[in-house]
Amino acid sequence: MPHQLDTAWQPSEVQRERDEWRRRRTLRSAAIAAVSTLLLVGALAVAVVSSPGWERVRETYFDWDKAVSSFPAVVDGLWLNIRVMLVCWVLILLLSLTIAIVRTLRGPVAFPLRLLGTAYVDVFRGLPLLLVIFLLGFGGPALSLRGVPTSPLFWGGAALVLSYSAYVAEVFRAGIESVHPSQRLAGRSLGLSYGQTLRHVVMPQAWRRVIPPLMNDLVSLQKDSGLIAVLGVYDAIRRAQIETSLDFNYTPYVVAGFLFCCLTIPMARLTDRYARKRGYHGAGGHL
Amino acid sequence: MNEPVGDTATELLRLQGVRKSFGDNVVLREVDLTVEPGQCVVLIGASGSGKSTLLRCVNLLEVVDDGVITFDGRDITDPRVDGDEVRARMGMVFQAYNLFPHLDVIGNVTLALRLVHGVGAEEARTRGLAMLDRVGLAEKAGARPDDLSGGQQQRVAIARALVANPRLMLLDEVTSALDPELVGEVLDLLTELKGEGVTMLLNTHEMGFARDVADQVCFLHDGRIHEQGPPARVLGDPQEERTRAFLSRIRA
Repeated sequence: MPHQLDTAWQPSEVQRERDEWRRRRTLRSAAIAAVSTLLLVGALAVAVVSSPGWERVRETYFDWDKAVSSFPAVVDGLWLNIRVMLVCWVLILLLSLTIAIVRTLRGPVAFPLRLLGTAYVDVFRGLPLLLVIFLLGFGGPALSLRGVPTSPLFWGGAALVLSYSAYVAEVFRAGIESVHPSQRLAGRSLGLSYGQTLRHVVMPQAWRRVIPPLMNDLVSLQKDSGLIAVLGVYDAIRRAQIETSLDFNYTPYVVAGFLFCCLTIPMARLTDRYARKRGYHGAGGHL
Repeated sequence: MNEPVGDTATELLRLQGVRKSFGDNVVLREVDLTVEPGQCVVLIGASGSGKSTLLRCVNLLEVVDDGVITFDGRDITDPRVDGDEVRARMGMVFQAYNLFPHLDVIGNVTLALRLVHGVGAEEARTRGLAMLDRVGLAEKAGARPDDLSGGQQQRVAIARALVANPRLMLLDEVTSALDPELVGEVLDLLTELKGEGVTMLLNTHEMGFARDVADQVCFLHDGRIHEQGPPARVLGDPQEERTRAFLSRIRA
């Protein structure tokens, strides 16, 4: 390590021997990990391939030609999933943050708001998502509200937003409440208002802590955006279903599953890295 | 490769050429230090002179970049050494107490006895209560750390570190976070422990305490022990210019 004051320092013999030992141990651990991983994956692969029904499964689920021919349709459907997911995610963040802030308000004046927030979270966390999609997807258009679209896409998206906001609001609330009260005191003592303290002191700290669970919910939403297929929306799963029904070859489902994974796995890695970069800098690294 | 330790068997702790840097910042350049059993060795020095880092290196909370630390006749900086086993034979007390807020006082004191030293719940409780009695907090056994004053919390932390009879106590600025009127109760406890023969390596800004209790005072500067000796000499008649400058600064 170059350092102007310290160019004279060279590791002692003892230290060089320690470094060498640590390096060898790291290499050995890596080798053990690689070999054991290969063995495990290999054993699983052999178990699957040598099963009696493997030939049939391979034909109906892993047909390369079918995969290629159904790919464009499934990708086209996936594009709809992505758009639904992005739009819904923005709305979910806004709605859930509002609910979380309402639920953390103090004082008797805010009681009706808190009650409303609590009731909302209780109801929508209690209802199965599929049920909400059915109820809103078929009931919503039947209301024939003036100026409100009747498309299943709109009402399916609304169901996703309402259901997910209840979960995400609880994530936000946990984050807000995990910030130590002394931080709020310090903010208010400077003359910052309740809202300013929340915005400039509490939320920045809460935000950092809730990013991993938020990303968890985002990944979950990516998959659950496929549930609106039950309303007849032509998303990736619906398109795969149509392709499958042509010849009862299930490969398009595998294609859709593969594509969903391609969406979510990079997102998960990105989240890990982001959380690590901005994460806690508490205990010493080696402990 | 390791230094022979046969002729230094009386020492409990010996640091030779210890070096520790964080990135480009070299905190400990080359530290040599010995602690005899029953001794109280006090580190003094400016903020950022590496006093805390030195204690953390001895407790293996930091990995040294170079040098050898021998504890109880064994090189504990060797990467083959089990750090947990070494730390189990030392007690460490932190500036900010670092009590576990989710456990009550007796829970804090008996945690390591039960999990590390294999003491049964019943006996751990007896020993924990005896230790709390020793630091004058027997009636607080069921309290939560948050309900105690700073001085009481720090005495619980000392009891937690001391309950398993460590060979060496490491005390890192244990009175710096306390109100002036609470400093006394903690320093009195340390003075009593010294009288009972507990070996201590500590850093502090309490020069009166260092003068009264320390066997050795070490002035840390520029990553080295700049001057060391009995407190009467280092504090009363420092030989080094840097030591004089430091002492006049903190007395001003």
